[in-house]
Amino acid sequence: MSGLNEPPTSVPEPNSTSSSRRPPRPLLLLAVLACLLASIPLIYLLVRVGGSGLDDVVRVLGRPRVPRLLLNTVTLAAAVTASTVLLGVPTAFLLARARLRWRSLWVVLAALPLAVPSYLAAYGWLAAAPTLQGFWPSWFVLTLVSVPYVSLPVTAALRAGTSGLDDVARTLGRGPWRAFWLGTWPQVRPATLAGALLVCLYVLADFGGVALFRFPVLTTAIQQAYGASFNRNYAAILATVLVLLALLVVLGEQTARGRAQRQFGAVSGVATRRIVRLGRWSAPALLLLVAVPVLAVGVPVAELFVRLFEAETLRALDLANLGQALLNTLALSAGGAVIAVALALPIGALAARYRGRLVRSIESAGYLALGLPGIVVGLSLVFFSLSVVPALYQTAAVLAFAYGVLFMPKAIGAIRTSIGQVPTSLEDVARTLGYGRLQTWWLVTARLARPGIGAAALLVMVTAMKELPATLLLRPTGTDTLAVELWARTDVSAYGAAAPYAAALILVAAVPAFLLSGAGRARTDGTPA
Amino acid sequence: MTILSLTSVVVGYDAEPVLRGVSLDVPEGSLVAIVGPSGCGKTTLLRTIAGLVRARSGEIRLGRRMVATHGIHLAPEKRRIGWVPQDAALFPHLTVAENVAFGLGTGKKAAIGGVRGAARKQARSERVRHLLALVDLTALADRLPAQLSGGQSQRVALARALAGVPDVVLLDEPFGALDPLLRGDLRDEVRALLRVEGMTGILVTHDQAEALSVADYVAVMRLGEILQFGRPDEVYRRPATPWVASFVGEAVFLPGVWTPDAPEGTGGTGGTGGTARPPRTGTVHCALGRLPAEWVAGPPQAGDDVTVLVRPEEVEIAPATDEPGRTATVTGVSYTGHDAMLDLLLDGGLRIRSRVTAADLQPAGARVSVRVRGRVLAYPGSPALP
Repeated sequence: MSGLNEPPTSVPEPNSTSSSRRPPRPLLLLAVLACLLASIPLIYLLVRVGGSGLDDVVRVLGRPRVPRLLLNTVTLAAAVTASTVLLGVPTAFLLARARLRWRSLWVVLAALPLAVPSYLAAYGWLAAAPTLQGFWPSWFVLTLVSVPYVSLPVTAALRAGTSGLDDVARTLGRGPWRAFWLGTWPQVRPATLAGALLVCLYVLADFGGVALFRFPVLTTAIQQAYGASFNRNYAAILATVLVLLALLVVLGEQTARGRAQRQFGAVSGVATRRIVRLGRWSAPALLLLVAVPVLAVGVPVAELFVRLFEAETLRALDLANLGQALLNTLALSAGGAVIAVALALPIGALAARYRGRLVRSIESAGYLALGLPGIVVGLSLVFFSLSVVPALYQTAAVLAFAYGVLFMPKAIGAIRTSIGQVPTSLEDVARTLGYGRLQTWWLVTARLARPGIGAAALLVMVTAMKELPATLLLRPTGTDTLAVELWARTDVSAYGAAAPYAAALILVAAVPAFLLSGAGRARTDGTPA
Repeated sequence: MTILSLTSVVVGYDAEPVLRGVSLDVPEGSLVAIVGPSGCGKTTLLRTIAGLVRARSGEIRLGRRMVATHGIHLAPEKRRIGWVPQDAALFPHLTVAENVAFGLGTGKKAAIGGVRGAARKQARSERVRHLLALVDLTALADRLPAQLSGGQSQRVALARALAGVPDVVLLDEPFGALDPLLRGDLRDEVRALLRVEGMTGILVTHDQAEALSVADYVAVMRLGEILQFGRPDEVYRRPATPWVASFVGEAVFLPGVWTPDAPEGTGGTGGTGGTARPPRTGTVHCALGRLPAEWVAGPPQAGDDVTVLVRPEEVEIAPATDEPGRTATVTGVSYTGHDAMLDLLLDGGLRIRSRVTAADLQPAGARVSVRVRGRVLAYPGSPALP
């Protein structure tokens, strides 16, 4: 049969079923429970501040120091965000679209600053130049360590996108810059915004870096107020201001992204990517690619190793203490990873399989912790454990729970993706073959998503190892982690003594990072080893 | 005997139901094709039978069990059905043999014949071997799904679906992703296999040629409703509506006027007059002349406007002569080798098509005379404007 009425062959019917299916109630309940648990710090903070009375709030906010702190915080966040975008987008363009030798090496180098916590980079620079202080060094170091938050997602967007629109714009008489602006920029704009959001939140939440450079912002003020302990309401109110600031940033980004997506839907057709020859731009391009990792990682690490191998350091090295700190770090971060994955699993499973307003709001609630700085979670859980569950105050459980809450958003993303990659038809088949819902989940979905879930746990672990402010507030007395030991020594300018802890921290964080990048990927594409 | 029976099944929400009251009776041991354009609800119908989608109202009976009725929804794992999805959906972490064994289930269901332990294990592996031999994949038992071709994957999926001896096998466009040559072969193989096993099958497809050639019964769906259910030749030769006619094959629609034949039994012997059943046959007057016709829906009254269905293979052409008759000009030729489709412009101004064998082929621009062979069908009302 040929001609008029033959329907197009091999066009599958759109699978509308997953959106119309209702989520099973137990899963929904678990996800809501996880959201509630994860929002304990935020809710308790608000309860605490609400209980302190309006007078207190007005008095605290009326202090002359507060506007200064706000201004410092906002200026630093804005300056770092702007500079990371200015550095990150060109870096991404070079990585994705320029003719480069050893491209994969450059990509790894560009990601490297992620492995270095801000306080470690700041420590390295201070060890080299002890007089650095104030806004500019803070801006400098925070920019360096957070450029990858912009450059990596934008690189991915450029790789997934097409330069076909640029080509069309060129044939329609636009110059290369104008064509980029019309054709490529709209494709990378959402990724740039998302990256800028992460940078902004990172700077708002940063404590170690700014504290080392003695630049007074909200996080450091919260820490001081808490330490001074005469008025903990002051700390709580400042923390609320910080959270509001972070939520404002999240909201702003979502509005901007929504607009960007409306303007520019998916690009249809086959993606073509033109690779640009650099020519006379080679030298500045290479300079850009080399400068960020060298300044963010190279200088601090070099300084670190110089200090590490000084005779004085080696003599003073307390191996037992170092080993204990290492074990504590691993145990606490592993606990945090387990809690984060347990909280993220129902939310990720729900978001991967079902749609609708309820599911969307549960997922958004899961990402709320993105806007919660570590110091805020730490502070709130101190209050919470003291007054609600005193038995748990200053126990490892509360600290691991703080890690879980803080880094759950990282786990949600990875889990959602890995479950989303398991085709629903596999679950359908298992059901029709006589396996119940739970059996199917265990034998099929969880089994196939296992590498992704494992990667999520590892990701949380790596991040938790480097976490500083919440650890400082919540650690059980006498339980010191690598980050805490390092901090204790940088604070009194004992740079040599801090070096072994810094080195150990970099090494233990590097091992899972290596697993995540290489070994993990080989497992997940489903090909037999 | 009916093995699967659906009564007024509704799926979806009030505003836009996906299935609007579907009823269907599937005879045991038959292969039923559900065919319809994309989005007509045919996959949803299959998923509803499987229990993967919950019906809002209506009843589904499977074998002697009621599996869905008001307020009751038997879970898919309890329905004893086999499911072969479009993408085969083999478990990527299991070998071919393990995939098939997965269909044997665990626990109670796996204890074939009530045996346990080593004997059970033996029985399981024997059953897997038998199934793999059935689909001719014994040699590939230890391969992983990633190492199989599309056709091989579908055969494994079929063996897995048959493993638990289901009451009905549901096939959701299983050949959709295969290339056309392989598709025909596998289709015939699957049909033969289901026949041999005496298994009832329900096949969803959007390819009407596939449906007509492979199935014992065809259900034509559109917008969440079954428009016609019948043997393939019934559906092609007596389509229930003009839409069905054009969906299952090439169709030409012409406006016409109905004249009924004389009612039977009114040959002068004082019959019962007005209560006589109107005749099914009559004559239509249309651009192709006066043609013997039969109505499908109606009955139309004398002088009513009707839509006349003519299949292109019923339109015969010959080189034009000076004799009076219907003449036309060939305006286009799509040549497919064994036959050809000609676009014709009738002298009256209407366009029709004719399917001719290579021997009768005329070039574009040629003048031809046109004749209709056999009885045409008449539907109430004028044809919808294209």
